[in-house]
Amino acid sequence: MATDAIHPQTHSHGAGSGAAHPFAPRPFVVTARTQETPDTVTLRLAPKLSGDRLSFKGGQFNMVYVFGVGESAISISGDTTHPEELVHTVRAVGKVTNALAALTPGAVVGIRGPYGQGWPLDSARGRDVVIVAGGLGLPPLRPTLYEIFRHRESFGRVEIIYGARTPKDLVFAEEVRTWLQRSDLRIQITVDAAGRDWNGDVGVVTVRIPDARFDAPNTTAFVCGPEIMMKFTAQALAQRGVPTESIWLSMERNMKCALGFCGHCQYGPSFVCRDGPCLPYKTLAPLLAVKEV
Amino acid sequence: MTATASEAIADRVLRHPFFVDIDPTLVHAMVSKAEERSYDVGEMLVHEGRPAEEFFLVIEGKIALEVGAGDRPGITVETIEKGEILGWSWLVAPYRWRFDARASKPTKVIAINAAAARYALAAHPAFGYHFLMKLLPVIADRLENTRVQLLDIHGH
Ligand SMILES: Cc1cc2nc3c(=O)[nH]c(=O)nc-3n(C[C@H](O)[C@H](O)[C@H](O)COP(=O)(O)OP(=O)(O)OC[C@H]3O[C@@H](n4cnc5c(N)ncnc54)[C@H](O)[C@@H]3O)c2cc1C
Ligand code: FES
Repeated sequence: MATDAIHPQTHSHGAGSGAAHPFAPRPFVVTARTQETPDTVTLRLAPKLSGDRLSFKGGQFNMVYVFGVGESAISISGDTTHPEELVHTVRAVGKVTNALAALTPGAVVGIRGPYGQGWPLDSARGRDVVIVAGGLGLPPLRPTLYEIFRHRESFGRVEIIYGARTPKDLVFAEEVRTWLQRSDLRIQITVDAAGRDWNGDVGVVTVRIPDARFDAPNTTAFVCGPEIMMKFTAQALAQRGVPTESIWLSMERNMKCALGFCGHCQYGPSFVCRDGPCLPYKTLAPLLAVKEV
Repeated sequence: MTATASEAIADRVLRHPFFVDIDPTLVHAMVSKAEERSYDVGEMLVHEGRPAEEFFLVIEGKIALEVGAGDRPGITVETIEKGEILGWSWLVAPYRWRFDARASKPTKVIAINAAAARYALAAHPAFGYHFLMKLLPVIADRLENTRVQLLDIHGH
């Protein structure tokens, strides 16, 4: 597995980065831009400094800095075995993400990271795995899916449930179509509403969980999407009997330092940047039940 | 319908997940006018506003439930599949469909006559109670799902 288990305060940036200040962004150049949906793009980036590379673990994120605009936390959506290429999938929702989504090849951004603990894939070995992604929740799960595909024999049944608002909000559509051809996993795709040109499933992701094929007590689940989607999904998984310590959610909180210093991203007892973003439902359940944390 | 055809349908109904633990003698009373039907992709099973004269057990395929949106094409808000039951408008006055249903894959259903079903439910109250207690969780689940859908969980 090409995953340096990187702790945020002790991570190494690979050759070329030297002993850079942890706040100092490293320059990366946009090499390709793919429009995924009307408001979402995937950017491929290469380090500007020769020999630089960014080893990461599925579920980790970078702080991506658009010069003159600002910085945002963005998950890494590429392949852990290709640390020489950085991939980010961005939905334009505000100032920084709109600027990021508008970048074209040749543009330079600053990267700090990778940060966070990522998905605990090792804890899923020998068990069934359920991956539930809502909308833009698929990109942070994709590196881990690649890992699972590469080491498929190390896992039991693999069930992927992918939901989005409408068919046009499904990202990585072509790639997901290739996953549908695989006989070693089951993938259910559902949207909340659709026109007549869609002949797939319609209904919220939680509806797919009772029929999903996994042995609940022996299952690890990785869930990523909007918080409310993760809350309902985790409840449905727990109701099926998946142990709450084996249900992992990727939490989003506003980030500033991303280094565990400023406390901006505090969620209950955890700093999302340092302890998360992937956290067990067992810890999160009482917090998710509260309206504002 | 011949007795044998009727038996064959009753047999299929009894194997449908919704009916598995329901008393066979009462199922026979309910399905006296039931028939098996096939629909091609795009064919309508029910039309919003029309009398709900039957309900359906899905044997194969997929059915899209659509809500009319004035002059725009219908929007699919839910899909129903093999093993599920379609429709309860036949149980609630004024017995009219509240949505359109269209086959989105080649689909096979058993259509059960609503008047015969209502009569069987009323004539056999214990059966009626059991039947409604099986239908209620389906309705409750769909209500819960609609609530989650209304929260627009992917739009956040
Ligand atoms: C660990 C982590 C990983 C993330 N991974 C990704 C990723 O892979 N891709 C990605 O596109 N985003 C990701 N995000 C979210 C991203 O960081 C924010 O969308 C971004 O910081 C918003 O900054 P902005 O300047 O564009 O918006 P702002 O100008 O700060 O906000 C503009 C508007 O957008 C709303 N908004 C802010 N954040 C979000 C949000 N997350 N979703 C919807 N609306 C929002 C605000 O409420 C406000 O109304 C991640 C966040 C975290 C914490
Ligand atoms: S962002 Fe500063 S502590 Fe997490």
